[in-house]
Amino acid sequence: MSIDSNFSDPRFAVDREALIARLRKVLPVQALLIEDEELRPYECDGLTAFREMPLLVALPENEAQAQALVKVCYELKVPIVPRGAATGLSGGAMPHRDGVVVSLAKLKKIIKLDPVARTAVVQPGVRNLSVSEAAAPFNLYYAPDPSSQIACTIGGNVAENSGGVHCLKYGLTVHNVLRVRGITADGEIAEFGNAALDAAGYDLLALMNGSEGLLALITEVTVKLTPKPELAQVVLASFDNVTKAGDAVASIIAAGIIPAGLEMMDKKATHAVEPYVKAGYDMNAEAILLCESDGTPEEVAEEIGRMKAVLEKSGASEIRVSQNEAERLKFWAGRKAAFPAVGRVTPDYLCMDGTIPRKRLAEMLIAIADLSQKYGLRCANVFHAGDGNLHPLIMYDANQPGEVERAADFGADILELSVAFGGTVTGEHGVGVEKINVMAVQFSLSEISAFHRLKAAFDERGLLNPGKGIPTLARCREYTQTRAGAALSAPRF
Amino acid sequence: MNSLIKDWTDQLFDAAETGRKLNIRGGGSKSFYGGAETGDLLDVSVNRGIVNYEPTELVVTVRAGTPLAELQAILAEKGQCLPFEPPHFGPGATVGGMVATGLSGPRRQAVGAVRDFVLGVKLLDGKGELLSFGGQVMKNVAGYDVPRLMAGSMGTLGILLEVSLKVLPLPVAEKTLRFVMSEADALEKLNLWGGRPLPVSASAWSDGALTLRLSGAEAAVAAATLKLGGEVVNAPDAFWISVREQTHAFFAADAASAAPLWRLSVPSVAPSLNLGTTLIEWGGALRWLRGGDVQLIRTAAEQVGGHATLFRGEHALKVSTGVFQPLSAPLARIHRNIKSAFDPHGVFNHGRMYPDL
Repeated sequence: MSIDSNFSDPRFAVDREALIARLRKVLPVQALLIEDEELRPYECDGLTAFREMPLLVALPENEAQAQALVKVCYELKVPIVPRGAATGLSGGAMPHRDGVVVSLAKLKKIIKLDPVARTAVVQPGVRNLSVSEAAAPFNLYYAPDPSSQIACTIGGNVAENSGGVHCLKYGLTVHNVLRVRGITADGEIAEFGNAALDAAGYDLLALMNGSEGLLALITEVTVKLTPKPELAQVVLASFDNVTKAGDAVASIIAAGIIPAGLEMMDKKATHAVEPYVKAGYDMNAEAILLCESDGTPEEVAEEIGRMKAVLEKSGASEIRVSQNEAERLKFWAGRKAAFPAVGRVTPDYLCMDGTIPRKRLAEMLIAIADLSQKYGLRCANVFHAGDGNLHPLIMYDANQPGEVERAADFGADILELSVAFGGTVTGEHGVGVEKINVMAVQFSLSEISAFHRLKAAFDERGLLNPGKGIPTLARCREYTQTRAGAALSAPRF
Repeated sequence: MNSLIKDWTDQLFDAAETGRKLNIRGGGSKSFYGGAETGDLLDVSVNRGIVNYEPTELVVTVRAGTPLAELQAILAEKGQCLPFEPPHFGPGATVGGMVATGLSGPRRQAVGAVRDFVLGVKLLDGKGELLSFGGQVMKNVAGYDVPRLMAGSMGTLGILLEVSLKVLPLPVAEKTLRFVMSEADALEKLNLWGGRPLPVSASAWSDGALTLRLSGAEAAVAAATLKLGGEVVNAPDAFWISVREQTHAFFAADAASAAPLWRLSVPSVAPSLNLGTTLIEWGGALRWLRGGDVQLIRTAAEQVGGHATLFRGEHALKVSTGVFQPLSAPLARIHRNIKSAFDPHGVFNHGRMYPDL
């Protein structure tokens, strides 16, 4: 994918050899990668279409090394790109040509797990799932569960304010983090939040969540642990058209039910998933819903009954309830494997991440079907329907002339529609480099300027992850003009 | 609304030019909280009304000057609520004041704070620009989370115009139980129960008695009642309102003596702090304290990983000790920078949070 990048950013004129010499003094030999073949694995994150070779890669082994490294970069005005497990889908960890990628992979200790206080203090490189595994003996777990939870790290989760399939009831990362410790751009240690439920002053902890590595380099996180519900059961409902399924989602919420998870997949998605995972989905359904209830056995029985009643009334053609934990996990396995499953049936795909009000889900599905026709590209839909968070997967083949551009325009149309429907261009994957242009659709120039001032309040020199998250004003103007032009021209086939 | 904004912008520019301050005030119910009000009064209570409420979306968008009681009545009609049970502290309480002070009530321990329910804000910043952040959807990571930053910012960053809030259905069933026990036993029990999947939605210990509220599905509340025992409290709403509004005997008793009221936000597992007469909320994570030595209180709160706020106290004491826990040097610098990012002329609510903001 072609992008005009910030990577020839004239603000940074870095003397690589001088930087290496300075970093050698503060880092052990093995913690600094300088050879091309060592740097290559770091050229992209989960958004593989966007690549850039970093100037250097550093892997500090403790906070003191990380702090020393940040101080050197501050002094020499060198950009820093923080990186966790690089599972991010928006290019937030894509390297900067003149910058150091700081991998926090070696900071992977669970420092303290307090089952009575129900908190865990962890280093940023700790994997999401391993927090829940460590908490399991105490019947506790870490609630946010992004699909990448086997691999993704807590530091990255904070940076992206990651969601997951259970955030409708249990919240996003921001609702499950008490404290973030980090290093500011000038090399000082700062604590955002604390061990209590709130902290004095501005809610800087809220800013850290979803800051995409632009405000501080995270070195430690205190997360909340949640008691495991006694029982969880999931209802799998089939629908013979997508509108009914979309409306059923709104009806469940309207009935005063907050499911532990409420997910939707359309036929293209289930057909990609089923041969791969064998989750037992109804292959005749145009759309399926996964609707989960958790709590005490009595509570779950009551809620499942209410859910089934709403789904029946909404015209579900088939309703199945998981009969045991193995079946529940099987139903979910299909949903969690949806992205790789779609990846098997198309050479390339673009994953969108807009969020819209729930009541417009059906309308959006119809609009996406029309756009699919217009651009001549297939699209599988996997939605966190309960939150209105959409993941249309636009399938294309980068080797076919024009498909990349058509896919990009298709995606931009969906995101613009999300904003027009009263939503947002990104619900949980972040802006990164991928959605930096469409930020101009959602925010005015004044709002973008306010974001830049906020960034400067933490990082006056603009050294932390430059070029990500917030577009320059020039880029906003350019994008608005380009899209206005595109809208006037006929679709390209 | 346009003429209001024009009027406020004029006042803002005039104040910026002449070096005056503006004191943003909704209902004035929380004027006692924070540093003293200074500057010319900017009455924002006229900016009221529901902009949009869709019960099926679990979202309400409301003008900031709307009385909190009015909003809550409208939500209750549809069987919904602001789950964090914000305190009013007076009949005039507004939605804007609720967000600006960031204060939450008894249910905070179970559902989260005001900041967890603020989805979007529209504001007029100190440069006279109309800005809109966040929106009406639950999941939104485009740009920095300015809506949550506004919660608890004490009006120092701008004039809140509109707020979008996530709402939730009212609990189907509730029951309040009371147990006679010591402070140490109450803290132990609260943390033990907190680690189990029990529908505890509020807790208050004072004067040798722990009061516990369960909320949720009928079946869940009934099962938990059987498990926990205790004495069932009849007509418990009055009790929880008295805790929330600080009309409970603990708060009222010494109020006449004008002993300062401290709010200590600490980890729930922090042991009894032995600093004086205490009321405990939030499963142990919130400790109210009457009187006591300022330095001991601040140090004790910090040592256990929390912070102490001089919640109610005389002006002189607020000036000499500061209302909020002092910030570390890096955070103080970031605070000053954020203040000038939003309010470069330092016009809004000067000194309500920290003297230099």
